[in-house]
Parts: sequence; structure tokens; C-alpha cells
Amino acid sequence: MTDMIEVRNLTKRFGRFTAVDDLSFTVGAGEAVALWGANGAGKTTAVRCLLNLFPFEGEILVNGLDARRAGKDVRRLIGFVPQELSFHDDMSVAETLIFYARLKKVPDGFDFQPLLEQVRLVPHVHKRVGELSGGLKQRLALAAALLSDPPILVLDEPTASLDIRSREEFLVLLRSLKSKGKTMIFSSHHLEEVTALADRVLLLEGGRLVVDAPPDQLERRLGWETTLHLYLPETVIDPAVEHLEGLGMPVSRNGRGVRVHVAPGAKGKVIRVLHEAGIEVDDFSIE
Amino acid sequence: MDFENVLTLIQKELRDAFRNRWFLLYAIAFAGLSLALAWFSVSGAGSYGVAGFGRTTAGLINLILLIVPLMGLTLGALSLAGEREKGTLIYLLAQPISSGELLLGKFVGLALALTAALLIGFGLTGVMMAVAGGGGDFGIYLTLLVLSVLLAIVSLSLGFLISAAVKKAATAVGLALFLWLILVYFGDLGLMGTAVVMKLKAGQLLALALINPLQVFKIAAVFDLRNNLEVLGPAGIYAFRTYGTTLWPLLVGLLLTWVIVPFALATQVFKKRGVI
Repeated sequence: MTDMIEVRNLTKRFGRFTAVDDLSFTVGAGEAVALWGANGAGKTTAVRCLLNLFPFEGEILVNGLDARRAGKDVRRLIGFVPQELSFHDDMSVAETLIFYARLKKVPDGFDFQPLLEQVRLVPHVHKRVGELSGGLKQRLALAAALLSDPPILVLDEPTASLDIRSREEFLVLLRSLKSKGKTMIFSSHHLEEVTALADRVLLLEGGRLVVDAPPDQLERRLGWETTLHLYLPETVIDPAVEHLEGLGMPVSRNGRGVRVHVAPGAKGKVIRVLHEAGIEVDDFSIE
Repeated sequence: MDFENVLTLIQKELRDAFRNRWFLLYAIAFAGLSLALAWFSVSGAGSYGVAGFGRTTAGLINLILLIVPLMGLTLGALSLAGEREKGTLIYLLAQPISSGELLLGKFVGLALALTAALLIGFGLTGVMMAVAGGGGDFGIYLTLLVLSVLLAIVSLSLGFLISAAVKKAATAVGLALFLWLILVYFGDLGLMGTAVVMKLKAGQLLALALINPLQVFKIAAVFDLRNNLEVLGPAGIYAFRTYGTTLWPLLVGLLLTWVIVPFALATQVFKKRGVI
């Protein structure tokens, strides 16, 4: 896989505060990489550096182009979806798309209809941006990002302001774009978003890269323990506790079932051993 | 520099300006006051009616000195800081445009919007005077229009510099109003006070006056109206005797310098500060 984005020793300081500290990573063509971390971890700053929105130390290459020296050409390769919805509220959806299409050098006579259908904005095309809900605004941001069909999408906390349903819908859209070969780099602090979309996760803490791993190895790499709640018929709760304790698992009775602390990658094992002991699990949830 | 991008941004800025309530308020206020001034400029006999172009031009100078810098300074101050605060600036610069294109597009767009507002004010007043048969030199009136446009762009440039340097729109507007007060009131009163206390010579007084772009406009406007500067006192007489007809290019050159220098500084400040 050829590298589409290459970040070397990226450091960004705001006065005495170091927002991004010696960050290095690559993103291959067609790969989806998540910048994951708590608020203030440096995710947004790293994304803004990719777009050369402010001076930084280190080097960023996008498709071989130096982001600092060829900022405009780099931004031509990138469709950006911001964290904060920052369109001009008094413009209509159509006016907004036409304005950004002109800046992105989209040819005259461009047919907006397929794009509007893709992001399901057709019924809202004549509405003012200020009248749109958060979910619709985010779809408009995605439509604007896709106007010139750029090979790379950079998304900064794209679902931060969305409700659960809008978030799901937006993630479906992003997954379809990923399947079409778009290279994606997105920041998030939602683990479920990261695992649903990313091929690789870069965990940032205090501006530094802590872990670079595929989502399925993340828990193991971080040594996280998961709490599994198993819902069981009343009659088998005590036998289940005894059986799991016998296998050395930290288990306790909990309302309608049991609670088990499991190591990364071992959630399935608990259900399997209960099934082998003739104890059927009604339902489960993960904490 | 991609002038297609600049043109796109100019069009958007013009469109935004005509939807901006501050801009509309200033434009309506300027047009209304110019019309009122023309109407109430009293004829030599003391009766009320529409005055000629010369008399109206003289009255307009003071109105322009108050309102036009206020328009330019506040619109300029709101331009970048307002978009920075809303987050639209960062999104604009995430597009394939340069900061130079963005600044030029916004500046030219706002300059054209201000020009349009002045044209409306001057135009309505001019039409009213022409219809009512007001006499006088229409050329003087037109020259004053051109000087007013220059003053508006000078003020815009200064407002732009403030806007490039600060984060919050409210701070930018506050600084713009403070600068307006200094230029409008401190200019005249400060000059008079300094001249008395320091016992300045006419040349020194003129040099001090020329530091203030509003005073440059005033000297040019009076020169346009009377073809001499006696009304401005010793400094005016000194200027007229020393520079004669070269006073025009000197004053216009100074106003143009006041456009270019703050804008160039704003560009540098903006590049250094970035979009946040």
C-alpha cells in the first residue's frame, strides 16, 4: 500500500502549551485511520496541521506534496468535514454548494443531483443553512467535502454534534465512501465510531502518539479489562457463578444474571464455557 | 494568486455586506443625512430649500468625516474577527485557496460594498439637487465622492488590520471605535492643543496633520472646494504656498499609502497569527 499521507515529527505549540508533540504516522491509500483520544489530546490540532491552517514544526507530505510549501495543492486533494459546523447560515444549501464548488474548481455544468442524493439532501436544497438540523448540516459538510471527488477525506469529530440516529446514518455514509476507496483520516473520542470505521487507530494522549494498532487489537494493547453482564434464567444464576468461579474467572451475582470481568479478546469464551456447561445465556451487555 | 478565487470571494463578500445590518444601517444613515443636509443647507437669503452643489459639498465634508470612517473601520474590524469567531474562516481556508486570495477577496468585496453605499448616498443627494435646480460646480461634488471612497477604503484597511490581529469580533469593534474616536476628535483637538502648547511652526503643524488620514481627506476636500487652503489657517496657507498644485498628488498619494500599508500589515499579521 502506497502512503497517501506521511507525517514526520509533527509538533505544534501554542505559546508554552504543546498541543501535538513529535507525532509521526502514515496513512496508506484507501486506508481509514482514526485519531482517537480524549478532549485536548491534540486530535483537532493534528487535523488542522494536515490542512496547513497554521504554522507547525515537522513535515507533512500528502500524496508526495509538502503541506507547508504546496498548501493549496494539498487542500485540493482533501475534502474536509469540520467539527464545528461553520457554514454561512444565511446561504441556502444550493448557494453553499455552488460557492464551494467554485473555490474547488468544479467544472461549470456540474450535476449536483447525484451528490445530493448520495447524502440525502435533495428535499432540503432550497433551505437556508441556518434552518438545517445538526445532522443535515453535517451531511452538507460531507457533500461540500466531496464536491471535487477528492481522494482523501479529513474529518474532525464528524459526529460529535449528532444524536445517535444521525450518527448511525452518517457512519453508514462514511462506510460507503470507504468501500469506494477513499483514504480517510478522522478524529473521534467515540470508541464505537473508531471500531466501526477505522482500519487503524492512533491513540493520542497529551499530543503524543501512545498506540498505533488495528481496532481489534486496541483493547489487548491497552490491557483493558471489560465487564460483561450476562442475563440468565433465575434458576441457573448460582450454578453459573459456581462454574465460572471454578474456571478462575472474577464473577459476581448481579440482579438478573452475573457480572464477569474479562481480559481483552475473551468475551466469547465466557459464553462458550457456559453453553458447554448447559447454561444458556438470555442476553448480555458490555461495559 | 488565483484571481478566479478572488472574484468568487468578492462576490460573496458583496452579497454578505448587503445582508449585513450594520452596513445597511450605515448606508441608510449616510443617504438620509446627506439628503437632509442638502435640503437644509440654507440659501444666502436664509430660506429653506435645496442648496447648490458647492454649499452641499461644504456641508457634506463634516458629515463624511464622521460617518465614513465609522463605516469603514467597523466593517473592516468585523470582517476577519467575525468569521474567525464563527468558525467560517477556518473552513474557508481549508479549501484550496491561499490566505492572500482570501484577504484580497474580502477587502475588495467590502471596498466595493462601501463604494456602493457612498454612491447611493451621493447619487440620491445629487439627483435631488439636480431636480430642484441647485446650482454650483458638479465637478467638485464628484471629486468629493472620489475622495470619500478613498477615505472609506483607508478606514476599511485600518479596520482590517485590527481584525487580523484579534480573536473576538467584539474586541475588534471596540478597538475600531476607539481608533475612530482618536482619528475624529483627537485629530482636531489634539492638533490645536499641541500647536498652542508646543508653539509649533506651520510646517510642523502640517506634518502632524498629515499623519492623520482624516486630516489628509479634509485638506484635500477643502482644496477641492475652494482651490486654496486659507480657511485651514497657517498650516493650510503654508501647505498651499509650499506645494501649490503638487498638493493634489501628495494628498491622494498619502491616502493611497494609508490604504496599502495597513492592508500589507494586516496580511503579515494574519499569516503570522493563523486562522484561530
